[in-house]
Amino acid sequence: MSFSETDIHRLIDGELPPVQAGEVAAWVAADPARARLAEAYRRQRGLLHQRYDALLGEPVPVPMLETVRSGPARRRAAANQSIFRRAAGAVLLAVACTAGGWFGHARFGGGSSATASDAMAALPQRAAVAFAVYSPEVRHPVEVSANEEAHLTRWLSTRLATPVRAPTLGPQGFQLVGGRLLPGEDRPVAQFMYQNAAGKRLTLYLSTLAPGGVSARESAFRFERVRNVNNFYWAEDNRAYALSGDLAREELMPVARAVYEQVGKSAAAETPAPPAK
Amino acid sequence: MDQEALVALIPRLRRYARALTGERFRADDLVQDTLERALSKWALWRPGTDLRAWTFTIMHNVFVNQVRRAALAPESLDPDAGLEMEDGGASADTLAQLNALNSALQRLPDEQREVLLLVTLEGFSYDEAAHTLGLPIGTVMSRLARGRARLALLLEGNGAAGATQVQLKVVK
Repeated sequence: MSFSETDIHRLIDGELPPVQAGEVAAWVAADPARARLAEAYRRQRGLLHQRYDALLGEPVPVPMLETVRSGPARRRAAANQSIFRRAAGAVLLAVACTAGGWFGHARFGGGSSATASDAMAALPQRAAVAFAVYSPEVRHPVEVSANEEAHLTRWLSTRLATPVRAPTLGPQGFQLVGGRLLPGEDRPVAQFMYQNAAGKRLTLYLSTLAPGGVSARESAFRFERVRNVNNFYWAEDNRAYALSGDLAREELMPVARAVYEQVGKSAAAETPAPPAK
Repeated sequence: MDQEALVALIPRLRRYARALTGERFRADDLVQDTLERALSKWALWRPGTDLRAWTFTIMHNVFVNQVRRAALAPESLDPDAGLEMEDGGASADTLAQLNALNSALQRLPDEQREVLLLVTLEGFSYDEAAHTLGLPIGTVMSRLARGRARLALLLEGNGAAGATQVQLKVVK
């Protein structure tokens, strides 16, 4: 009886009836080259399992569970509802903002991109809304958590097209929770979240600015309270920063200073300017 | 209750997606998209038929679409491609080997990688793989043979590969 190499695959994949499998096994064993081949293919299978089986033991990510359990019929409604719930806080906050602030953005949304000055003017509101939306999240405060900080740094740096790093705020009592990517006015924005031992959270909102720059007054280190969120914000090297939290101004101030000093240093050391776009 | 059957499949979908894309985040995106698609087409699934094959078929379609879209995109958005390695406890040698496996896999043509993974990692029969991918069984077998041969070459480097290569020409 003659066999072909296809039978080697059939053999190791269990596609042969027992009798034929025995014959093929003998045929394979009789020739060192064939035996090597069969062995190499079996080893591939072993390696694949060794490499990827860990995924079987990992807990299923919550969004996947929610997607499936929300069910086909109720899915759309549920999605809308949860988006609405999340958005509600932001909308209420936005309504509370001055009309010129949040709603003024509409005129930039129609196609032309915002200038750096516009972006700076809108910064505290945007940062405060982002803080208000994400900081109360228990399950999903961040997209990538601090235990994957190296990935977080690479990812956000890629998306913002400029090196981005979460400052270390340990001396101020705040540990990094993680970060996420957010839609800004006309570009991606990074948000880092921190938490102290008392569970108080802060967010650092970081965006690049359109080329053209901002005036010295606009880039200055400034404070603005948006509803119950305090924000320190400033611009440097064509990047805008806002540190937001519902801490008292005098508590937030030293943390903002620490951020200011660290990002100033690292930006100067790492990059001259972000790409123009 | 059928949805729980789908939930039970998620770990396997994640494993397959991980090996298929080589990147954790892309893999989970693929699974998420697959689940959403599966639910949107839930009415089309006939109870009593193989849910696993049905779901993997959807993942195949989503994957093919993503690859097509990615071909138009300027660059990968995942800077982690091929860099990470989560298996703790393995020896350095094994680690290097397993890392090499992931990058070697990604160098196979997509259609060979799909078949190879369905059969060797997921344990699909040739028939099930053919059904899942919508291919004749002969195509499944030739892609499997070519995928394995190429993976062996990539993993073994140039040393042992010479002898293997001569052998492999027999396979069509």
